[in-house]
Amino acid sequence: MKNFLKLKNCSAVKVETLPVLPFAEFRQTLIESTGKGKCRVSAFFPLQKSSETFLCALLIDPEEHSLYCALSPVGNSFLSLTPEAPVFHWFERELFEKYGIKAEGHPWLKPIRKADGEYFTMAGDAVNEVAVGPVHAGVIEPGHFRFQCMGEKVYSLEISLGYQSRGVEKLLEGKYSSRTLPLFESAAGDTAAAAATGACALIEALSGTVISERAQQIRAILIELERVANHTGDLGALAGDVAYLPTASFCGRIRGEYLNMTAEICGNRFGRNCIIPGGVRYDIEPARCEKLLAHLRRVNPELKHALDLMFDSPTVLDRFENTGSVSLETARSIGLVGPAGRASGVKLDLRYDLPSGAYKNSAPKQAPCGAGDVLSRAKVRYHEIFASLEFIEKTLIDLAQGELCTPCITALQPDSIAFSLTEAWRGELCQIIVTDTQGNIDQCRIVDPSFHNWFGLAMALRNEEISNFPICNKSFNLSYCGHDL
Amino acid sequence: MLKAFMARLRQGYRTGKFPSAPPVLPDRFAGRPEVFPEKVSDEARNTCPVAAISESGRIDLGRCIFCGKCAKVCPEGIRFTEEYRLGAFSHEALTVPGVDPWQESSNPELRKLCGKSFKIRQVSAGGCAACELDFNVLNTLAWDIGRFGIQVVASPRHADALLVTGPVSDNMRLALEKTYNAMPKPSFVIAGGACAISGGLYGEGTTAGGVESILPVDMYVPGCPPHPAVMLEALLRLIAYR
Repeated sequence: MKNFLKLKNCSAVKVETLPVLPFAEFRQTLIESTGKGKCRVSAFFPLQKSSETFLCALLIDPEEHSLYCALSPVGNSFLSLTPEAPVFHWFERELFEKYGIKAEGHPWLKPIRKADGEYFTMAGDAVNEVAVGPVHAGVIEPGHFRFQCMGEKVYSLEISLGYQSRGVEKLLEGKYSSRTLPLFESAAGDTAAAAATGACALIEALSGTVISERAQQIRAILIELERVANHTGDLGALAGDVAYLPTASFCGRIRGEYLNMTAEICGNRFGRNCIIPGGVRYDIEPARCEKLLAHLRRVNPELKHALDLMFDSPTVLDRFENTGSVSLETARSIGLVGPAGRASGVKLDLRYDLPSGAYKNSAPKQAPCGAGDVLSRAKVRYHEIFASLEFIEKTLIDLAQGELCTPCITALQPDSIAFSLTEAWRGELCQIIVTDTQGNIDQCRIVDPSFHNWFGLAMALRNEEISNFPICNKSFNLSYCGHDL
Repeated sequence: MLKAFMARLRQGYRTGKFPSAPPVLPDRFAGRPEVFPEKVSDEARNTCPVAAISESGRIDLGRCIFCGKCAKVCPEGIRFTEEYRLGAFSHEALTVPGVDPWQESSNPELRKLCGKSFKIRQVSAGGCAACELDFNVLNTLAWDIGRFGIQVVASPRHADALLVTGPVSDNMRLALEKTYNAMPKPSFVIAGGACAISGGLYGEGTTAGGVESILPVDMYVPGCPPHPAVMLEALLRLIAYR
C-alpha cells in the first residue's frame, strides 16, 4: 500500500494529512491490493477539499491488521475500476447516483437507491420473469426482486432497493446534537448497539476522549447480545422456511429472551439510548449482573437444545446443504463481509483484524469457515452464538471497575476525518465523519454490512430453484434500511 | 419425530400471561411519562432530539422516542413511568399531561365489523425495521396474538386494518397508497411507532413525515419502537377484546 496513509481503527486525522495521489497510481494500487482478496475496500466516497472534489478510498488489510487511506482528485468522471476489480461496482453506482460522478467504463451505472423501472431481462419464449415487492407477504422491509427464470430455475436475480431511503447521512450533517446518536442507532434498527459504539468512537476520537474499560465492556456485551438475538431469530426463521416448526417456534421465543436481557441493561430491547460519547448511560450493578448471569444460564441450554434439534434433522440438512452456494472466489471478488463472508471462507472479522474497545483484550472464539451454502451460513451463526454467549458470561464476571462515563466535550476537532470500523452482527460496519472548519459535521458516511452483501444474495440465487429463495434470503437476512439509509 | 415431541415437552408452555396479568417489563423500561409542565425547563425542551416538548411544557408522545434525555436534565418536571398503555385513538390523546388515552372508547364500527377476527396487513414505509421486528414478536409463541383472533395476512384484500411503520419515505408512498386502496372498505389504519405517527427522527428527511398526511389514522401506538406489550395492549383495546 505504497503512499497510502496507515491509520488506526477509531482514530481521527486532519484531512490535509491524507495523501493525494495521481489518479493512475491511486487506481492501480486499489486494483492490485484488492485483486487477490488481500485487502478489502470499506469505503469509497467523494471528499470536498478547498472546493475541489477528491475520491477517498479506505482499505483494510486484515492480515496486517491495518487500515489505509488516500485521496485522488477527480472531476465529474474517472476511469471505472469495476472491470478489473468488481468489488467497486456498487460504490461506483452510488457515486454516480448520489453525486453525479461518473465511472467511465462501468458496465451499468444503474441507481442503487431508486427504482428506475429498467431491469436486466432475458429474451426467449421459455423465459418467465417473477417480480416481488416492494411490499412483501410477511412483516418485513420493502425491496423489489426480479427473477429471470426458465421453469423453476433462476438465471438471474436483480435486487432493487431504495424504498427505505430517508436521508440519514444528510440529516447527520451540521452541529453535533442530541439527535446525532439516535440517527446513527436507527440507520439499521437491529444493529443499534454496534452502530452506537462505532459512532461514539468517532465522536471520542474527534474530541480526544478516552473511555473506561468498564464502559467498553458494557458496550461489547450489548453488541454481542445483539448478535446472539439476531442470529437466534434468523436460525429460527430458517427452520420456519423449511417448515421445521419446533425450532422455528422455540427460537422465536428465545430471541425475545436475549432482547429482554438487553432491555434489562438499558430499558430498550434494541440497546438504544445506552451507549453515549464518553461511555455508557446505564451500569450493570452486581445484583443486575447476577440476574443476567442467571438468565443466561437458564436460556442458553434451551437455545442449544432448540438449535441442535434442527441441525440433527435430516430433512432440514437436506434443504440447507448445497443450497445457495457462494464460492470463495465470488465472495472475495464482490467483497462479502461478516458471517456470510466467513461462511464462504473469507476470514475477516474486525473483532480480531482491527479490534477496538473491549475486543482489544479479548474477543469471542472465531467460528470455522464453511463451504458457502445455506448450511454453512447457518453453522457459522450457530458457532458465533455460543462463542458470543461465552464471551458475554466471561465479561460479566470480569467487569472492570471504573467510571461509567467520562465527560466528553462534543466540540469536535475541526477539518478532520474520523474512521470507525465495527464488527456488527451482519459484518463490517464502517462509519466516517468529516468535520468542517468550525468542527461541525460536514459529511457523514455509513457503509452498512448489507451494502457489501446484497449482491452476494443475488449471486447465491444463480442457477438455484426459485423455491429456495426464502432460505437463501434468510441465511443472509440483510438490512434494507441500513443499505438505503 | 419422537425427538421433536420430547423437545416440545422440554421447552414447555411459554406463552406470557398478558393480558390476564400485567406484562413483565424491565425496571429501566420507559413508558408513559409523568409531566409537570410548569417545571419543564428550557434545557429539557432543547435537549429533545425530536422536538417533542412544546413551549407550554407538554410532551407529544407521537414524536417522543423515549430516550429519557429530558428526564435526565429535568427530573423535577419529567419522569418516565412503567405505564405501558400508550396507544390512543386520536393524536390529541398523545399529549401528556392530558386525557388518559385508555379511557377513550374505540371505533364502534370496527368492533361491529370485525367481531372476533381481526386481520392486519403491515406495510413498512421507510423506518429502521425495529418496529417491524417488535411487531413480529407478537406472532411468536411468547405473545401468540392468534389467541385473540388477530392475524397478519399477506394480501391487503384480506385485511381489516393496515399497520404502517416508518415515516413514509418518498420512495414508498406509492406502494403504501396502492396497498391501502387494495383493501376492502371500510378499512382501518394503525400508525405504529414515532416515525409513522410524526416522522420521528426522519420528519425532515426524504419522507412524508408520518402517515397522517396520507391516510386517515384510527389508532396511534407510540414508541421507538413500541414494546410488544404496548402494541398488543393497543390492538386489544382497538378490537375491544374481552
